[in-house]
Amino acid sequence: MKQAGRGWRGLAASMLLHPAAKPLLFVFALLPFAWLIWGAATNQLGANPAEHLERATGDWTLRFLCITLAVTPLRVVAGVPAFARLRRMLGLFTYFYVVLHLLCYSWFDMGFDVADIAKDIPKRPFILVGFSAFLLLTPLAATSFNRAVKALGARRWQALHKLVYVIAGLAILHFFWMRAGKHNFAEVAVYAAILAVLLGWRFAEFARRKRVAPAPVSAARDAPSASGRPPIRARG
Amino acid sequence: MLIQTRRDGFVHPHSSEITPFDVYRRRRDMLKLMAGGAAGAALAGWASREALAQAPRPGKLAPLAAAKSVVPGAVTMEKLTDYKDATSYNNFYEFGTDKTDPAQNAHTLKTSPWTVDVDGLVKKPLKLQLDDLLKLGAMEERIYRLRCVEGWSMVIPWVGYSLSKVIEKVEPLGNAKFVEFITLADPKTMPFVGSRVLDWPYAEGLRIDEAMHPLTLLAFGMYGEVLPNQNGAPVRLVVPWKYGFKSAKSLVRIRFTDREPKTAWNKAAANEYGFYSNVNPEVDHPRWSQATERRIGEDGLFAKRRKTLMFNGYEPQVGQLYAGMDLKKNF
Repeated sequence: MKQAGRGWRGLAASMLLHPAAKPLLFVFALLPFAWLIWGAATNQLGANPAEHLERATGDWTLRFLCITLAVTPLRVVAGVPAFARLRRMLGLFTYFYVVLHLLCYSWFDMGFDVADIAKDIPKRPFILVGFSAFLLLTPLAATSFNRAVKALGARRWQALHKLVYVIAGLAILHFFWMRAGKHNFAEVAVYAAILAVLLGWRFAEFARRKRVAPAPVSAARDAPSASGRPPIRARG
Repeated sequence: MLIQTRRDGFVHPHSSEITPFDVYRRRRDMLKLMAGGAAGAALAGWASREALAQAPRPGKLAPLAAAKSVVPGAVTMEKLTDYKDATSYNNFYEFGTDKTDPAQNAHTLKTSPWTVDVDGLVKKPLKLQLDDLLKLGAMEERIYRLRCVEGWSMVIPWVGYSLSKVIEKVEPLGNAKFVEFITLADPKTMPFVGSRVLDWPYAEGLRIDEAMHPLTLLAFGMYGEVLPNQNGAPVRLVVPWKYGFKSAKSLVRIRFTDREPKTAWNKAAANEYGFYSNVNPEVDHPRWSQATERRIGEDGLFAKRRKTLMFNGYEPQVGQLYAGMDLKKNF
């Protein structure tokens, strides 16, 4: 049993570490985008293609956000550290789809009228929440490359990237409000449940680690690291 | 033909208006010639220019003949929405909340036999079989703009007659101030009845003067054929100056009341959907602007959305119904 488990883990690790793993993921992650372009060009997106594109890009943003947030729990629970290799690309695809989502809104709904957009965002809470999530995601995407991680320092980088939990909350609220008028919460509930499990697991991990090692240094950190520096509480 | 007049007999037609006897005698030959196609398709079209409705039939369902409506404002000259779009992009929550759901699920709807009760505060309540309801008024084709509260619009050639025809038949009592429209809620044939999205049955309402307005249509068909199930077969309401959800589908009861009826969307979200729900570009939905709309099938992906018109462009016909009213408050 244990050996079988190690075998499975070994296979997963060797697949994830294979040089083709990342290019393959890249192609897969672009498939929804390719389908939307193809569908729009061949008029297969239904009677209201603009609405279809707006909704589909929003859906894919949320899906990639869930997949990205699933990487760490999967890595720890499955005991396959190699999963971490894919996290950055998944996170960047989340950003790719949210940029498309914002682009669809600005273009199809607002005709790229900057003044109209500037008026629209604060006026409507569900747009404001969605736009805030996009704004918060921007520094995360911008600091995703190695040099940025180095420049910030691992600890500060990690603190910054904890924003993703706020972003997940805002994204669900945005989706919830969008559907609220029609009391149509089935899909919202599915995404909310997935995110709740992924964030709940982190809380449980945090609590477990605190119990195991009650020292303040390790408790303040998300993941144990080799460095023994004290945690940085604020940037000031 | 005898032209009755109350005058004393001194008003006569001009001699130029009198058809020469020779032509009069050959009038049947002329019609035969046209019918036989000998006079050419163009002439036949000219001959039927007033009598027949203009929307081309898609050939999917039973035809429903109608004459072009003469009600002011009832026939817009705008390009018709494709039948395919009008029948595959629908909000009919009894069959699912996705706009493609009704076209997929509504085949289970049983439209025959069908009865409509017309009752409440009326002198002569009626229980009408669909066939009798169909005969209550002469079928007219009306080409209306349809503006959905979600910000899209279509142009649809409906077939039906003014709801006022039914109202006159039942003779409302003096205290009847509103009309309630109750639609079918059959969990056996409508898979989403029972979901918590809305309070079933779906009900709508109008003030009695709105219901009496000649543009308020009781529709039985569209595009020259009977209504497809997903569009509210076999009989629905069409109120062209209000957001689409006011035009209740698959009606089973029309009830006259003395107080404002509770309507489905108003019950679901009172701050978003008011009783009046007149199309108004100046009063935004809390979650989106109502200033513009996208015409389905016509405005391309990258086209700028078109401006929404006050009362959906029917202000000359219906504006006076709301004279002096605060339309921001009574949204």
